[in-house]
Amino acid sequence: MTVPMRPSPSACPACAAAPAAEALAERALKPAQIALSLPTIHCSACISKIERGLNAHPGVRGARVNLTLKRASIDAAPEVSAEELRTLVEGLGFEAHELDGASLGATATGRAGRDLLMRLAVAGFASMNVMLLSVSVWSGAEDATRDMFHWISAAITLPAIAFSGQPFFRNAWAALSKGRLNMDVPITLAIVLAIFTSLWETVLSGEHAYFDAALALTFFLLAGRYLDHRTRAIARSAAEELTALEVPRATRLQDGVEAQVNIAELRLGDLILVRPGGRMPVDGEIVTGTSEIDRSLLTGETLPVFAGEGQAVSAGEVNLTGPLTVRATAVGADTSLHRMADLVAIAESGRSRYTSLADKAAKLYAPGVHILSALSFLGWYLYTWDMRTALNIAAAVLIITCPCALGLAVPAVTTAASGRLFRRGMLIKHETALERLAQVDTVVFDKTGTLTTGTPQLTNLAALPRRAVECALALAQGSSHPLARAITTAARDGGFAATQLTDVTEVPGYGTRALWNGQEVRLGRASWTGAAPLAETASFLKIGDQAPLAFIFADRLRPGAAEAVEALKSSGKTVILMSGDTTPAVEALALRLGIPHWVAEALPADKSARIQALSGEGAHVLMVGDGLNDTAALAAAHVSISPASALDAARVASDIVLLGNDLTPIAAACDTAQSATRRIRENFRIATIYNMIAVPLAVAGLATPLIAALAMSLSSITVSLNALRLR
Amino acid sequence: MNILTYLIPISLILGAVGLVAFIYTVKSNQYDDPEGDARRILSDDYDDKPKQ
Repeated sequence: MTVPMRPSPSACPACAAAPAAEALAERALKPAQIALSLPTIHCSACISKIERGLNAHPGVRGARVNLTLKRASIDAAPEVSAEELRTLVEGLGFEAHELDGASLGATATGRAGRDLLMRLAVAGFASMNVMLLSVSVWSGAEDATRDMFHWISAAITLPAIAFSGQPFFRNAWAALSKGRLNMDVPITLAIVLAIFTSLWETVLSGEHAYFDAALALTFFLLAGRYLDHRTRAIARSAAEELTALEVPRATRLQDGVEAQVNIAELRLGDLILVRPGGRMPVDGEIVTGTSEIDRSLLTGETLPVFAGEGQAVSAGEVNLTGPLTVRATAVGADTSLHRMADLVAIAESGRSRYTSLADKAAKLYAPGVHILSALSFLGWYLYTWDMRTALNIAAAVLIITCPCALGLAVPAVTTAASGRLFRRGMLIKHETALERLAQVDTVVFDKTGTLTTGTPQLTNLAALPRRAVECALALAQGSSHPLARAITTAARDGGFAATQLTDVTEVPGYGTRALWNGQEVRLGRASWTGAAPLAETASFLKIGDQAPLAFIFADRLRPGAAEAVEALKSSGKTVILMSGDTTPAVEALALRLGIPHWVAEALPADKSARIQALSGEGAHVLMVGDGLNDTAALAAAHVSISPASALDAARVASDIVLLGNDLTPIAAACDTAQSATRRIRENFRIATIYNMIAVPLAVAGLATPLIAALAMSLSSITVSLNALRLR
Repeated sequence: MNILTYLIPISLILGAVGLVAFIYTVKSNQYDDPEGDARRILSDDYDDKPKQ
């Protein structure tokens, strides 16, 4: 900070700050016009530098940086463009990306979380007060005093439960009205029965009232729900941010004038300009221009494909060298991209077949509790012919067995595990993803974009004559074609300097040509340089009339790919490489990484069929893929991971998203998932042990509200602490 | 036992005050950016007068 510290003129800085906080809070509620993602901010200096910079812009009415979400919300005048503000922030020295406001619809999630938090707070404060009164009863308050305490407790509990218990009541009713049982049915029954018997006891000046138990139960269960919700809300907002990074905009040509429009506004027959580096927004036909297009996200091919007039292109392909004008033949939901994404929704997915551990426990637990409680009611009624005693004992059984610890067992562990994995750069999107990941014994990798980055690397630099490399560097350095860029990087790193060439012209779709000492030199595809095409990815240099020289490329490995494959193999998992690319390319990579099983030239349908076949043999398959050709396979697999660079459709289809560039966390995630599942099982066991001790007491009619309170709190706390042990 | 006539209302009121204060913090988005708020206290941007 450059501003010197000064004593605050206000005696109490908090007093001065409070109205400001309120005003800011109101502003934050309004939808921000422009949102920027700021992945590199980390301290208070970053916050004030960016806020000061943005607020100094004349068109900005207000800017607020959120460090938790690493995002800035800016309220700006309509004429200010997001691009302008993005460059402004980049100028301040921070990485910034524009976010699409429409994809950031986090308000509904926020409201649900706030609602749960409010109910949790009411239950918490009410239970504190009631517990205070209950402690006096347990320590010996009698007669009129005890009755008064019970009445006050009832007056606090009834409205508090009516408000806080609503999520349980609603879920239980939804399940019952469909004729099913879920965890919320015994919860609701326990709460309602506890309050009913306690009221009855209070009216008759009885000794035992369970008001505190009903509130504590609601509080602990709501805490579990809130944890669960927060884990999912964090994952959802991070996933939304990934989607929002791709701002859906296209350049439409109207009477020769370029206009930036939203992709949703594109119509059939529109002429769309796609610049080099841009992604096709629609399916269409090339009207003018020649270029090369990268189809790796759709098919897994690494080699760019030639594109010329009259050729059909599909949405999602990336234009590489020359500008293309495309006439739209299918837009929006009709594009092949969308149709393929829809197929995924229809395909039976691994996640819908899986029953979570919590559901399994509930299925055993809910009927068991009801039967036990009904039996003890019946037994005591037949034994004493006293409705009041029998009902009291039945309520005690329900309260003591109530799944406080069961309700916390899963969310406490998943919150801890997801938080740990999130810090390592993995986003757990689906609630049962961790449990499914723990079972994985077979890992299937896609090649292009997953194990490799999709950017080529020159391999035969050492074998090429110096003059040729210097000439190729001169031809390549002006081009943005991936192969040309690979040559430039490799040659510069190797210490080569470009030769002087004249008349350098790039011919989109073919290569670059120039004049060198009066003879023509060409760097480009095989057919253009008169060379015989090779099996590997290659570019050719032709100097004058000499025979063309081949520059051979291999795909660059993604960082951590080798480590991840090695770690997965050493933990006893079968690793398979499955790609849509050509056989030599796939075989080379399999050899390089030591993957024994590989499949090449696999069509999207082949991939998912093979994965289904593996599942049919009893394997639990983890699919790691990024392209559209992988989406069906991602959905068919038991659990799936996609990198953040994947197509939106692939990210949606997968359970876990890798946020960083590195693949190493995959192996670590399998370990974390296994230990998380172990903790969940331990938690269930702890809860069962508590029940085994407390239930006989309750059935025998020996349980008091004190014992119920102790059993409930102790089991909930043990379970939460056990979850924190996760490493 | 007369002390109870003071103590019980006091405990109830204190509980209610706590609850109201908590609800106020939730309503005014004070949990939206916990990390940023923890750092903002170190910045002296609005020490002289609160941001309008």
